[in-house]
Amino acid sequence: MKRFLAGTWRWLDDRFGISALIGPSLKHLVPRDARWWYVFGSATMLAFIVQVVTGVALAFSYTSSASQAYETLQFITNQAPFGSFLRGMHYFGASAMVLMVGAHMAQTFLFGSYKFPREMNWTTGVLLVGFTLVMGFTGQLLRWDQTAAWSVVVAAEQAGRVPLIGNFLAQFILGGTTIGGATLSRFFAIHVFIMPELMFVFIGIHLMLVLRHGIAEPPTAGEEVDPTTYRREYEELMRKTGHPFWPDGAWRDFVFGTGLIIVIALLAYFVGPPVLDKPPDPSILHADPRPDWYLLWYFALLALIPRELEGYLMILGPVVIGILLLAAPILNNRGERAPSRRPWSIAVVLLSVIMIGSLWIVGANSPWSPNFDPPPLTEKIIGATYGPIFEGARVFQTKGCLNCHLISGNGGRRGPDLTYIGDKLSENDIVIRIVNGGVNMPAYGNSINPNELRQLTAFLQSRKRPMPAGLEMTRP
Amino acid sequence: MNEATANDSTPDRPLTPEEITRRRFLEKLCIGLSGICAVILGIPLVGFVVAPIFRRTTGKWISVGDISDYEVGKTVSVTITDPSSLPWAGITAKNALWLRRVNEGEFIAFSVNCTHLGCPVRWLADAGLFMCPCHGGVYYSDGTVAAGPPPKPLIRYDVRTANGQVQIKTMAIPITTTTKL
Repeated sequence: MKRFLAGTWRWLDDRFGISALIGPSLKHLVPRDARWWYVFGSATMLAFIVQVVTGVALAFSYTSSASQAYETLQFITNQAPFGSFLRGMHYFGASAMVLMVGAHMAQTFLFGSYKFPREMNWTTGVLLVGFTLVMGFTGQLLRWDQTAAWSVVVAAEQAGRVPLIGNFLAQFILGGTTIGGATLSRFFAIHVFIMPELMFVFIGIHLMLVLRHGIAEPPTAGEEVDPTTYRREYEELMRKTGHPFWPDGAWRDFVFGTGLIIVIALLAYFVGPPVLDKPPDPSILHADPRPDWYLLWYFALLALIPRELEGYLMILGPVVIGILLLAAPILNNRGERAPSRRPWSIAVVLLSVIMIGSLWIVGANSPWSPNFDPPPLTEKIIGATYGPIFEGARVFQTKGCLNCHLISGNGGRRGPDLTYIGDKLSENDIVIRIVNGGVNMPAYGNSINPNELRQLTAFLQSRKRPMPAGLEMTRP
Repeated sequence: MNEATANDSTPDRPLTPEEITRRRFLEKLCIGLSGICAVILGIPLVGFVVAPIFRRTTGKWISVGDISDYEVGKTVSVTITDPSSLPWAGITAKNALWLRRVNEGEFIAFSVNCTHLGCPVRWLADAGLFMCPCHGGVYYSDGTVAAGPPPKPLIRYDVRTANGQVQIKTMAIPITTTTKL
């Protein structure tokens, strides 16, 4: 039996040329010391494969119709066997792909692997990062709920800021002048056909380039890349110390990749897919659209960039970053590769991580957004049950002050914390602020009557730090 | 792999000038034909994909109820349905706007889209403010900017009264472009 199988394999292999075709690729020599640092690329591809498999499965039930997609999502999530799990896999697979592609990019940048002769490995990789983010965004839109519908509007508004063709781009995104029947199906076509095909092509090119130029050896300080000699040195190094990719190098990719899939599956099973928001009905105005975590940092950026620069940054920012990334190896493709000799490269990666990380954290808190449903101030916080202070606290809530200001930890974070405002501002100052407003505060002069103003001022003046002599702090 | 590929000098003699010309011609022919194929496929693709942009669907007057339904000085949300929506649009054909009855005969209809990035603003009646949930834009009751990043006041719909009814002229989602700023 064994001989029969072996014979059959030999026959098929001869006629199909399988070993001849992929043998050299599998057996190509890779640096022996390329260890766990090198697993992120294959992990990204594995996450992509997870996306293709789970995406194809989901497409069996998903309907890309503006009126029905939401129902099919509910069916997939609540009724279809494995539906919730598959949606979870698709979501956490996307998250894994974003994380892994980021790690892969940071690693190749830190190791200077983008230098000669691998410039185009880097450039095609940058395009793949861009495609991954487009997939993330369009994928969130296919989760056709309220947040998705408003995200399309936000995307269209951003595209609208492009000079001259902005309006055209915005309508291209919406599929017309409003959200409607044409909107979802175009994102479906982009997410399911156009982007994956582009990614197949570019992953193919990326892998072909990896084979063509070989996996970059881990850098050694002092060993500079010289385009005239690098190829010869690399070949010599591989002949002397390299080992075949399969299986000597590949086993780490398999171990790490399996771990990744197990984590994705565990998260999909125990955490589950993102909860569906309200239906995509644009007339429901009780909405709080937020992008998924991988774009939350950008959402934060849009809230925080100075207004005068916004128009430029929104359009030029991504363009400049994109061009810089694409051009990085052309700007500098020789010399030292070791991060210890390129401290700025460590700084770039660290700064990027810190910037995205901190934007991500503020994005998750989004202190600039009003708190639409703050719990009412308690009598304990107010410190009175009748009289002007008590009435002032009620004015504070009805006039929307509490939506943006904190009092003893309750309320919004849009404006300054007013817990101890009575220590800082005099009665006069408080009145002036309320009536005239401020940089980011509405003027209430036209919408508050003198009596309300008196009560509100009394309440705010009573917001003082408690006396230190053993008095209990009211702040939680 | 089949290694028996030809190069410019096969067979075992130099090519004649005619053969070279013929080869160059055939190369150009194939590339040209491919271009024609691409155009035949590309025109309908591009045309079909951009077609929705040129579909004129807005600018129709629709009634949103009797004048007497609205209280003077109040701002309320009104739901409208796009009269020219595609048959499968379902609930996505719906839209809302904020309608304010200023006095006996005057109405203002605000688009709900924040002029910053289009999120739906909410009316806080007691505070007399519109607030945006996304990046903290705030507007006064007349739609002018009170705080936050919006570059423009809330966009207004055309609104009129006829036969005791309030009518709104449907419009596109207002896109805030930099060119107009």
